[in-house]
Amino acid sequence: MRYESPTTIKEVVGLLKKERGKAFVLAGGTDLLVGMKLGMIEPDLLVDIKHIPAMRTVKTSKTGFRIGAAVSCAELGEHKAMKKAWPGVVEAANLIGSDQVQGRCTVVGNLCNASPAADSVPALIAAGAKAVIVGADGRRTIAVENIATGPGKTCLKKGEVIEAITLPNQTKTSGDAYLRFTPRTEMDIAVVGVGINLTLEKGLVSKARVVLGAVAPTAITVPEAAEALIGTKVDKKALENLAAACSAACRPIDDKRGSAEYRTRIAGVMAVRAAKIAFKRAGSAA
Amino acid sequence: MVSIALKVNGNAVTGDVDDRMLLVEFLRNDLNLTGTHVGCDTSQCGACVVHVDGEAMKSCSMLAVQADGAEVLTIEGLAVDGKLHPVQAAFQEHHGLQCGFCTPGMIMTSVDMIRRIPDLDDATIRSELEGNICRCTGYQNIVTAVKAASDEMKG
Repeated sequence: MRYESPTTIKEVVGLLKKERGKAFVLAGGTDLLVGMKLGMIEPDLLVDIKHIPAMRTVKTSKTGFRIGAAVSCAELGEHKAMKKAWPGVVEAANLIGSDQVQGRCTVVGNLCNASPAADSVPALIAAGAKAVIVGADGRRTIAVENIATGPGKTCLKKGEVIEAITLPNQTKTSGDAYLRFTPRTEMDIAVVGVGINLTLEKGLVSKARVVLGAVAPTAITVPEAAEALIGTKVDKKALENLAAACSAACRPIDDKRGSAEYRTRIAGVMAVRAAKIAFKRAGSAA
Repeated sequence: MVSIALKVNGNAVTGDVDDRMLLVEFLRNDLNLTGTHVGCDTSQCGACVVHVDGEAMKSCSMLAVQADGAEVLTIEGLAVDGKLHPVQAAFQEHHGLQCGFCTPGMIMTSVDMIRRIPDLDDATIRSELEGNICRCTGYQNIVTAVKAASDEMKG
């Protein structure tokens, strides 16, 4: 196995394109190195992207945020403007692993590892995040929900790498939230994760995005759950409808962390709690 | 193989390492710094926590080659001239260990936590220690030791 640490994105693309064996991009390495240690992943080439300056920064502009692919979740957690605009996204990123893991891991790595239980992914999808992909043929931008195609699988083609995640500006009457359920509070894998982003108009929900993690092969957007909230003040009845829609959308597996039946029920419970937080944030930001 | 040069516990060291060698393997096998422990294969347990450029890291979640040019501090580098670091002394004083296997990682995490957070309460200490697992489940005295060290280091 070869290790390379290029300093430009062009070199990354060149290395990935040229490699005939199995090439992997190394961002934080908190999934990749563990997979290698366990013998589940046997790369021929590792391309470390932590030495590329453009991938190490969070940029703010008039249109929103651009999170470089090598920005650690701890760095994201210290970014004041991100915390203010997208607290749900930041909280999700700071639920990955533990403190020491967050010092290494990245949201782009979390996305590309394509675990159905990835914590940052439902929050990113709820926020309307997009991934900027670079390859030999240039750049393309696609919605985050279209990256993972199944457990451990992404739509990235050979030689392609995600350069950054972009997020729009959050409007003044919007708020997001992410909650997950795990048996332990850290270093555990989500039984259910829920990302919700709400926009209010005259005190009523006018727009909603509800995304579930760990209950299907990929994170799923649940339009019926969003509809349950739209036009309401997130009252008891709306929350009941939200919970029912979330549970109905679940297609989970049974595993040691939770049975399919349990996950289905908990998805509704967590959605209700996350919706209350998002609603409060949307209201208080106005 | 790659040649690397870094500082470990203040000393300049060099090594020729396999591209896929983990930092923890380099520390233990090449430098014989076996105070840094390996308790799992999955970055869960925290026994291998060291400081890289001043920040706590699980040294199994980083390649040795990625530490090229870095300053690494391990448990062996904490005591100065045979005098225990205040966190080490507090673990001894408050019996913050049972079998001791997790202790190097616990102490390295605690030193980092005390540096970052000026006012530590028990709940914060427990939250910050969640990346470190003690299989003897002796957390009570560990928390007491961290609190005592934090208070002492504040002066």
